[in-house]
Amino acid sequence: MTDVFRPDTVRCDACPVLCYIKRGHAGACDRYANIEGQLVRVDPHILLDRAKSQGTPLVPFLEREGDWDGKIMKGQDTFVTAIGAGTTYPDYKPAPFIVSSEVEGVDMVTVVTEGIFSYCGVKLKIDTDRHLGAERNLVRAQGEPVGHVTTAEYGSQMLSLGGVHHLTGGTKSEGRVTCETLLDLCNGKDVELAIDQGASIRVAAGQPPVVNGQREERMRVGCGSATIGMFAKQWFGKVDDVVVVDDHITGVLSEHQAGKLLGVRETGIAIHGRRSTPGRYFQVAEPGTGWGGTNISDPLTILKAFKPKFAWPHLRLLMVSTTGEQYAYYELDEELRPVEKELPEGLKESVARIRENCEPALTTVLFMGGAGGSLRAGVTENPVRLTESVKRKLTRVTCGGAPAYIWPGGGITFMVDVTRMPENAFGYVPTPALVAPIEFTLKKDDYAVLGGHVDYVRPLAAVLEEKERRRQLASLPQNPWPLKPYTASSES
Amino acid sequence: MREPALIRMLPDGRRLHLHDGPIDLIIEANGPKQNVAAAYEAAARRFVSILDQLCAELPLLRSQARKNSPLPGGPIARRMFAAVAPYSDLCFITPMAAVAGAVAEDVLEVMTCAATLDRAYVNNGGDIALHFVPQRSYRVGMIERPDHPSLFGSLELSASDFVRGIATSGWRGRSFSLGIADAVTVLAENAAAADAAATVIANAVNLPDHPAITRVPARQIAPDSDLGDLLVTRDVGPLTPSETRSALAKGVEMAELLIAKKLINSAALCLEGQTSVVVIPSPSRRARDLFSSSKHNTIQGSLLCNSANT
Repeated sequence: MTDVFRPDTVRCDACPVLCYIKRGHAGACDRYANIEGQLVRVDPHILLDRAKSQGTPLVPFLEREGDWDGKIMKGQDTFVTAIGAGTTYPDYKPAPFIVSSEVEGVDMVTVVTEGIFSYCGVKLKIDTDRHLGAERNLVRAQGEPVGHVTTAEYGSQMLSLGGVHHLTGGTKSEGRVTCETLLDLCNGKDVELAIDQGASIRVAAGQPPVVNGQREERMRVGCGSATIGMFAKQWFGKVDDVVVVDDHITGVLSEHQAGKLLGVRETGIAIHGRRSTPGRYFQVAEPGTGWGGTNISDPLTILKAFKPKFAWPHLRLLMVSTTGEQYAYYELDEELRPVEKELPEGLKESVARIRENCEPALTTVLFMGGAGGSLRAGVTENPVRLTESVKRKLTRVTCGGAPAYIWPGGGITFMVDVTRMPENAFGYVPTPALVAPIEFTLKKDDYAVLGGHVDYVRPLAAVLEEKERRRQLASLPQNPWPLKPYTASSES
Repeated sequence: MREPALIRMLPDGRRLHLHDGPIDLIIEANGPKQNVAAAYEAAARRFVSILDQLCAELPLLRSQARKNSPLPGGPIARRMFAAVAPYSDLCFITPMAAVAGAVAEDVLEVMTCAATLDRAYVNNGGDIALHFVPQRSYRVGMIERPDHPSLFGSLELSASDFVRGIATSGWRGRSFSLGIADAVTVLAENAAAADAAATVIANAVNLPDHPAITRVPARQIAPDSDLGDLLVTRDVGPLTPSETRSALAKGVEMAELLIAKKLINSAALCLEGQTSVVVIPSPSRRARDLFSSSKHNTIQGSLLCNSANT
């Protein structure tokens, strides 16, 4: 039993089996391994397959001999992602896979590695107008601080989670929970978050957010007042007045600036609630799940009697919610009472357009991290040259085949939309830090020039021949093919 | 950090995927919609406590099973014990030899207790527990090498076959093997029994002291392996056809013994492209035909053993 305690054995704590794993071996699950003394998640190494992107989305094994038609040898249809590739960190050694392939007559090299990111986090964009919490307030998971509320954007609330201060700067438990939260968000799982003096939310990448137990369906195109502004022209002449019912700001066409500019006549309409500025009303009803986020199901309940001084019989009135999901059309009778009528053809289009402009509410998760010196050293003997090459767009950076946005300025700080990456692309090490795939693709000549580990370049065919632990996935159609050589017009 | 168990439907919307540490279950049930939902819910509820429960008794489950071993407390651990008990005076075996089958069986039982199902299976990494009502059947494909997943045979199972468990063992699989079989697939009355038997038969397929076979003490690879310092197979070099036949013959002998002891129903053994099939001798049991839908011709007789190149 003595060898159990040799320093090259790690004890995995990912599950209660608590395997002792020796250097170079995997635990009982085959998912966690000891790589150079670090516990690393080693799910099957994922290759992207462009040829298959039109067909079956998931091909669990490529290695059936019958499938080998030589086509793959051309190389341009298979891209080796870094997912499951492992890493050589913390050693100053070439990356685990440096793969050459010829694409459209150009020799390309892809350096494939998994990076261990202790400087990393996620930016969450949550499509909702609901107040989640004040800017700078802490965001907590399982009671631990994992990030904060940052500057809101149009129609969306923004959270910034993770980062080195939460991962390693706080208590052990804060670091562990932060790591777990980031990992789950990046791998597309549901995460519960609570904001100090604010809302509790449940979010997952690419899914509608759930705020205080209520699922957001659609982003409004704007508040009631803004909707008046956007559609006033389309309504003018077809209807005498429009009320856009909204829990936040209900808009009234005839009183609104946009209506005045068009010369819409006063209609004597009167609205419950608190008037803010002309044509804009707060608190027309209580918040709820009815019209425009209010609790009403009959829109007439927010109207007072029409003023006889201005109103006239047969006056045409449209009432619609901010998402266009609810609407009603009325004409006034001789006693100036609204009577519901069929929505005229000419107005149907404008209601449909409001609806069309309300996009589905989603949560977006962008992973953001910085490729440190030792990661870059796995690519080239002179790490700064890689930075320069990336900045000059000679080197394309992808994460699991998904395009990464590179921040201008020093270092290689990148952001990537996790929904464009293959499933479960992220792992962690107990440091705690996240393990994320990263690939650098560039022309072979350029690779030599920047001091790349040219001696370690293996042809793609040789990588494909290693039949162990590999998984072939279809590439996502929305991603540009990572192996396409850079041209001036290529997207970054 | 303890990763929570994963419970999700697979993208096909039909199968349930449960994952926790080394346990990975693919489950499918057929029947009225609400029954399937109830069965899946019961499976998930049961599943989340399984690994912790097993790990609480891990030292006992990793020790050699002997006649006088203390009994474990957990229901799955007890199934494991029961499945390996018949082998305790035959060879070295630990209850871990039946863990995958026992988990599959337990989850299936919870499902069939929760709702009436026409048909269901729980596949725990190739060790499968089956349930079906009369008239329903399952078609099962067999692969010999997980790294070259081509079918070497398939079989059709129905309620009257008395087979409710299928298990496969071999040195290429996830668990260590003392033998050199690429794959031994066993059909038995339950999954835990199939699992234990597949392990024992795969261990028996062997060529002791053959220079082309690389063996390493289990503990050298996995410090906490239940096999301790026993030599486990890490690589099998090229063998001559007659060596392959003689290795397979040892496995066939073991399979025949287990059939005679009524521990298993039938077995298919694969090594270096040769396949031997052993089924129950009595012609009254349909078992004989079970493997006959495989692409190999089975030879009629009291014991059906055949070899074929794949």
